[in-house]
Amino acid sequence: MNGGNGDGDLRIGVYVCHCGINIASMVDVEKVAERAAAMPHVVVARDYKYMCSDPGQQMIAQDVRNHRLNRIVVAACSPLLHEKTFRGAVERAGLNPFFFHMANIREHDAWVHENRDEATTKAIDLIRAAVRRVGHHKALERRTVSINPNVLVVGGGIAGIHAALKIADAGRRVYLVERELSIGGHMAKFDKTFPTLDCAACILTPKMSQVKDHPNITLWTYSEVAGVEGFVGNFKAKIRRKPRYIDEETCVGCLECIEACIFKEGKFPDEYNEGLSKRKPMYIPFPQAVPQVTAIDPETCLHFKTGKCKQPCVSVCDRKAIDFDQKERIEEIEVGAIVIGTGFQTFNPTDRLPQYGYKILDNVYTALEVERLVNSSGPTGGEVVLRDGSRPRAVGILHCIGSRDTKTNIWCSRVCCMYSLKLAHLVHERTKAEVYNFYIDMRAPGKGYEEFYNRLLEEGVHFIRGKVGGVTDWAMVPEEEGRLVIRVEDTLGGFVRRVPVDMVVLSTGLEPRADADDVRRTFNISCSTEGFFLERHPKLAPVETASDGIYLAGCCQAPKDIPDTVAQAGAAAAEALALIDRGEVELEPNTAYIDADECSGCKSCLSLCPYNAISFIEEKKKAEINEALCKGCGTCVAACPSGSIIQNLFEDDEIFSEIAEVLSDV
Amino acid sequence: MQYVYYPGCSLKGTGRAYEESVLAVFDKLGIQLAELEDWNCCGATAYMSVDEHRSFALAARNLALAERQAPDTAMVVPCSGCYLTLNKTCHIVKDYPEIAQEVKTALDRAGLEWKNRVEVRHPLDILVQDLGLDTIRQAVVRPLKGLKVAPYYGCQIVRPYSTFDHQIYPTSMDHLLEALGATVMHYPLKTKCCGGSMTGTVPEVGKRLSYILLNEAKKREADLMATVCPLCQFNLDAYARDAAHAYGPVNMPVVYFTQLMGLAFGLSAKQVGLQRNIVSAMGSLKKFCSTGAAGAAATAK
Amino acid sequence: MSDREFEPRIVAFFCSWCTYTAADLAGVSRMKYASNIRIIRLMCSGRVDPQFIMDAFARGADGVLIGGCHPGDCHYISGNYKCLRRFHLLKRMLSDLGIEENRLRLEWISAAEGDKVKRVVNEMVQQVRALGPLDLPGRFGEWDKEVRELDARIQQEHDAGPCEAHAVKESQA
Repeated sequence: MNGGNGDGDLRIGVYVCHCGINIASMVDVEKVAERAAAMPHVVVARDYKYMCSDPGQQMIAQDVRNHRLNRIVVAACSPLLHEKTFRGAVERAGLNPFFFHMANIREHDAWVHENRDEATTKAIDLIRAAVRRVGHHKALERRTVSINPNVLVVGGGIAGIHAALKIADAGRRVYLVERELSIGGHMAKFDKTFPTLDCAACILTPKMSQVKDHPNITLWTYSEVAGVEGFVGNFKAKIRRKPRYIDEETCVGCLECIEACIFKEGKFPDEYNEGLSKRKPMYIPFPQAVPQVTAIDPETCLHFKTGKCKQPCVSVCDRKAIDFDQKERIEEIEVGAIVIGTGFQTFNPTDRLPQYGYKILDNVYTALEVERLVNSSGPTGGEVVLRDGSRPRAVGILHCIGSRDTKTNIWCSRVCCMYSLKLAHLVHERTKAEVYNFYIDMRAPGKGYEEFYNRLLEEGVHFIRGKVGGVTDWAMVPEEEGRLVIRVEDTLGGFVRRVPVDMVVLSTGLEPRADADDVRRTFNISCSTEGFFLERHPKLAPVETASDGIYLAGCCQAPKDIPDTVAQAGAAAAEALALIDRGEVELEPNTAYIDADECSGCKSCLSLCPYNAISFIEEKKKAEINEALCKGCGTCVAACPSGSIIQNLFEDDEIFSEIAEVLSDV
Repeated sequence: MQYVYYPGCSLKGTGRAYEESVLAVFDKLGIQLAELEDWNCCGATAYMSVDEHRSFALAARNLALAERQAPDTAMVVPCSGCYLTLNKTCHIVKDYPEIAQEVKTALDRAGLEWKNRVEVRHPLDILVQDLGLDTIRQAVVRPLKGLKVAPYYGCQIVRPYSTFDHQIYPTSMDHLLEALGATVMHYPLKTKCCGGSMTGTVPEVGKRLSYILLNEAKKREADLMATVCPLCQFNLDAYARDAAHAYGPVNMPVVYFTQLMGLAFGLSAKQVGLQRNIVSAMGSLKKFCSTGAAGAAATAK
Repeated sequence: MSDREFEPRIVAFFCSWCTYTAADLAGVSRMKYASNIRIIRLMCSGRVDPQFIMDAFARGADGVLIGGCHPGDCHYISGNYKCLRRFHLLKRMLSDLGIEENRLRLEWISAAEGDKVKRVVNEMVQQVRALGPLDLPGRFGEWDKEVRELDARIQQEHDAGPCEAHAVKESQA
């Protein structure tokens, strides 16, 4: 093919994209194309409405044929967005796909500047740099590596459960790793789900059982991902399996050991019930836990604390499943793709918003605590009662606690309005109490959500528009004596109210988990400013991350409700399957190599490579790079004193020509 | 540890017990306070409401003097009013260049320079953050066992700047009083208004606000209230009789937190100025007061 | 120079994973910053060869900005640390050459920090504008001229012999 091997004279085509008006409104694209046409070796320069469209791409192919082009420059959006697209177009036109370079005149130019002349000049500079650079481009071959078909799913909440099941159903092996003793996540704590009020346990527990029984799923609870190495298609993960002191294979979940425990009554806060009830050191997190295996909490177990327990649990277990000597284990697995569904934490109002009296005033609860109170398997058997056992006559539900507030979290947590409505309904139904919702705005954007809000209005729940200022037990008038008083500016009424109630529910928002930053580092992905994991593109790649082969599902990416979480988990599963079904993956050919003739054997590069890809060949007294190990960072290239290391796609000549041309227009 | 000490007018007048107890307690803890030489009015209330800019200039003079007297040393300001005015001046001058220029002009004429570097800090902040509760606990010789205290912070040390504690529900004094062995009540009005200068200008409003605070402490069966502010103490102490006359009997002594610290450290009632209270606190504090030799020895030391 | 305010020219080397992506984010978020900057994409800040920086200055850049991932976040584990080391060494050299410190800047900017790209670019443009043109190409011209003159004088001294050389020096003084 003409020019396909890059021989002969340079014949360059330059294409300037309008991107509708995105670029054209700030950059004089006609002028840019005109100037480009006059640049050295440029044979054709055109501007076009949408270069990424089919006609745009075909235009390149046609010009390659008609004008015997052998290098292509497209000035459009960011290469991170469309480099792949245009390399494809160049390849289809019969050229090596790497005889191409992209100038970013949208994200780095049109969108960030306000002066048309300046933006136009900048576009010309960037194109001149690209034109000179592309002349140095070489024909490159993409390396392909095979993809390991197994998938690691991190987090066993509804997101991880759903993704794991989808992938396993497609016939692929899934490792599902959950930090807690049981899968189920936050959803397992809920009583009902909005807006349909179907029972959370009824829809979740069957899926949890499926996970346990699925032949393609390896479930590791009470385990964490300790480290991940490798790259798309070829990850190696280390899983730390913490000791629960019960042999999972042997335990049948008869729960006799709990009964037998030396502690006759529960004595320690039960995490699953948000500390509203007590459990023993020998326990199972909740009745439907998966796996149905007990665990020993070494922090409270008498044996671990004193070594002086009679161990009635051991004597009662005829399967001999109890193992006080169990140690932490590390499992090493190889997977091709990873789905992260590590979830969220609820905002803790204790120190950050003490004005609402949480942990100061007895009957101030968080919404998650009330979820447990209304749950029939909860600490009160589904009775909504105050700490003294009495029934509340009036309940105030305070929206946006730790949401939409510059002092705490600025974002809307998306689920609080709806779960507040659900709790209002349930509390009203169970107690016949007067229920007051204090809201900033009611947000009910979802199928059946607005209808649910209307239903609550008709059920006689009160809605007061205003962000609550504080909750106090200071009685200003005798009627307030002994009650909690909610102080709020009623922004519809235009005055300040004091509303006495017996129970306050704080609708706390969703935020990134405290260790999200560690998790992010483990997987080498990014967080957005507020700390949720960053998707590759907010619209078009919402479950992908910047790291190929790692996908996001659920609230670790941003707050969302159960339907959205399940949808996203399905999407993440589909992405993972699409990747591994390809069987192999093409790698960017940006690896480095050493020109043996030039190498002086100084060994400067050896210690720089984080992947140990460089070795020293003693007999030749030269360094050599193992291409399969090289990830293409270029650190060794920059350090080589003899200039004998070359990085494909980022050769010195290519960079120097960019530097020269962005500065040449004096 | 050493600090510049800015007393302000209150601590030399109605709040003398505050000065006496602050100086005694800091001395006992080995923290050196050097009174700011030639200090003037902080620029509070009256100035601030009539001519803000002059008020900033007044405050700035004190800050400039502090930087000259002891560079890079924080200034301790026990009076909440002074604390706020001085802090506010630092903030405003940082944020508004034109005001900064006016202040500079004023200081230039007095031959002073202020780089806005001196930190303005409250003794509570210094005791809890710099010294630490452990050190305070170690200094306690007579724990305030069984003394039920309502902690009252007033508004100005936490609002609007809240540099060392939460602006609506501060807890540093709670922890400090607990370290002394006292029982700290849940007191929901800890940052509510004491009446401020309204006790003087609109007495019926001021008195009522004072009464609400006193009455709530009484309802919660506190032995006394502890405060950090000379104006709060003055309002709640001096107007207690008027308030009781208007709204009903309430007998609630109000003392400075530093007075309680002094007693717990073994100082005598007199050394911390307890005799200056109008509503006597001796009823509940007598058992913690050292008499005779012990107290005298402490002073002599 | 024209009457117009001096507009510095800044060349930036951004790593593809963090800072280049952050600059994309600044664009997507339509943040506005000074147009004086020309960004060159590299895979890692570890690829920034000090020669790139010297070359940029030599070709007329008034400032050079390097952007990499935050410490601990490098996509290639430690490329940004390598960059940091080189940066410090080069800074020393630049100051020996009389190139002001603020003309070279290294910033850690994560993929989420579009606003930081905006802030850093604006700050840097302002600082470099205050420093005025570096104009190394122009200075090279002057330096070349000086060297030529020096050469000429040495030649002259050489031709004239030792005594006359002394006289030349005297007359110059």
